[in-house]
Amino acid sequence: MEHVALWVAAFLTLGIISFLYKDNPWYKLCEAIFVGISAGYWFIVLFWDNIVGKFWVGVFPPKELNDVGELVNSVEPDYWLIVGAVLGVLMLMRLIPNIGWISRWPLAFIIGCTSGLYLINYFSSNMMRQVQGTIMPLLGMNYELSTYDIIGNIIIVIGTFTGLIYFYFSKEHKGWFGRAAKVGIWTIMITFGASFGYTVMSRMSLLIGRVDFLFGDWLGLIN
Amino acid sequence: MRVGKSTFLHLCLAFSLSLILILILLTLVSAQEVDSLRSSTDSAYTIPDSGLVLVAPVTSLIAEDYKYDDGEQLKLSWVPSIDDQLVDSKVLGYRLFRSIDGGTPEILAKLPPGTNSFLDRTVQRERKYQYYLETFSENFVVQSIVTAAISPEREWLNLDRGWLFIIALFISIAIIFFVEKAKRGHKLYVRKIAGLEAIDEAVGRATEMGRPVLFIPGINDMDDVQTLAALTILGRVSRTIADYDSQIFMPVSRSLVMTAARETIKTSYMAAGRPDAYSDDMVNYVTDEQFGYVAAVDGLMVRERPATVFLLGAFFAESLILAETGNSVGAIQIAGTARPAQLPFFIAACDFTLIGEELFAASAYLSGEPRQLGSLKGQDVGKGLAMSVIILGVLAVTIATAWDVEIMHNVHNWLLGVFSSN
Repeated sequence: MEHVALWVAAFLTLGIISFLYKDNPWYKLCEAIFVGISAGYWFIVLFWDNIVGKFWVGVFPPKELNDVGELVNSVEPDYWLIVGAVLGVLMLMRLIPNIGWISRWPLAFIIGCTSGLYLINYFSSNMMRQVQGTIMPLLGMNYELSTYDIIGNIIIVIGTFTGLIYFYFSKEHKGWFGRAAKVGIWTIMITFGASFGYTVMSRMSLLIGRVDFLFGDWLGLIN
Repeated sequence: MRVGKSTFLHLCLAFSLSLILILILLTLVSAQEVDSLRSSTDSAYTIPDSGLVLVAPVTSLIAEDYKYDDGEQLKLSWVPSIDDQLVDSKVLGYRLFRSIDGGTPEILAKLPPGTNSFLDRTVQRERKYQYYLETFSENFVVQSIVTAAISPEREWLNLDRGWLFIIALFISIAIIFFVEKAKRGHKLYVRKIAGLEAIDEAVGRATEMGRPVLFIPGINDMDDVQTLAALTILGRVSRTIADYDSQIFMPVSRSLVMTAARETIKTSYMAAGRPDAYSDDMVNYVTDEQFGYVAAVDGLMVRERPATVFLLGAFFAESLILAETGNSVGAIQIAGTARPAQLPFFIAACDFTLIGEELFAASAYLSGEPRQLGSLKGQDVGKGLAMSVIILGVLAVTIATAWDVEIMHNVHNWLLGVFSSN
């Protein structure tokens, strides 16, 4: 059985890689299998994790015997979950054309809550901590700051400041403001370049993994 | 009776000597007592021939409510046993016991030597808790005092975030101010964003070529602000598509995104006065699986050959695969994400890229609606504040470290305190 699984995996891997040549029936077959199986898999996972694992078990917790032999709930039922379930059912209302507009309510609830929750998190991490982390000395006469530390600090302070100028939308990028914004976008692009190289290297490891599977596990050419 | 002068002197001398002798005797006695006390104390720690490794208990054990939480935590702190040393420690660890509502104490945690605090996250507001600690060596156990009964409390306000609140309030007031200003007809300037300027041109190109527009809203759900921003831009894009009588198709990887996207496109088509041209088939769910979705979208791209591809939202490892395939079919591509790791790929493979906040500014820019423009202006006030604080803070800390000016130290520490309030 393991042998069959190995051959199926190799067949599908090569089918997906064949897309590099051009779109072909082999790729279409692999694509359909991948999409179909993963959609089915996620349906089952979400059903058992959310509807059963969270909602059903949360509202109707399993019973257990207490010290005097009575059947009691193992944990307190969480009736707040019913609110989520009702919103979920409302979402299905769009299947009935006459009352399809009701499905906008849960959607509005989700979008509103998400915006509110993330406002504080983003404000805290993207602004407060960023500002705090940028306040650093550019000279170090009385303290033992090395030249490298000072250069590093200058790059961080100028990079952050000019980066903020680039993302300032209320003023046209002209004159000294435009030049500062240009420094900002250069800083951003250099960062992207470093990030590009780093990510490409990690993608290479994924490719090596697949090649190792084909030539090692499947063909046995690599020990 | 007359006393001679010499006799008086002798008497004084004898008295002084007696006094000195008494003092010496008293000193010796007290020293002996201290020694005997010391030896008696020492004997409490060493029982000759018993073989027991005796250890002292922890002291100053305090149980208190954990501040600014939902009433779900109690904080315990103590001074470790004096026998709990870094080197040659007699203490092997501590056992923390807890009693609920005066019931039988049960072990709550076993803690390593050197521990001096514990956060109990398994408490309930309506119950009272008491704690004590056992300090143990290899063959001896000693118990601390038992804490007073305490219940966790819920706080409605987290005062640790006071400055966060004040700064957020300041920016909110700025936003409201600019929204009101825009509503009164003041023209608010927003600089050009190249990627957004190209939207009309890109949709027009698709119309001229008779090919569809492909819109990919990333692979995250509606709980990601990038997806929300993408759907806002979708509103404008689909409105232009409806006006031009072009075609759009939008494969998605999340069911909620599918529902929201259908609503958005439908609203745009209705606003364009073409509700009949709208179809639910414009948006279709593929799969939640990241690379399954990518395989399907890549296949769609090479088969449908869209003239324009929008890649807006939260993207991960699939960003370059999608952008490269779009590029290979000759589509004009407008991309945007706030994920720094994926932006380099979009910049390399797409015609226009919205970097980070440009994606979020897009909705205000595109709609020109006073409320959104005011919001964008208010955020710029926040950026101005951040820039000012950076200049002030950097100057303060530089002067403080270079010339040791105390007032600058104070300014620096104050700023750090304000911006660590998160």
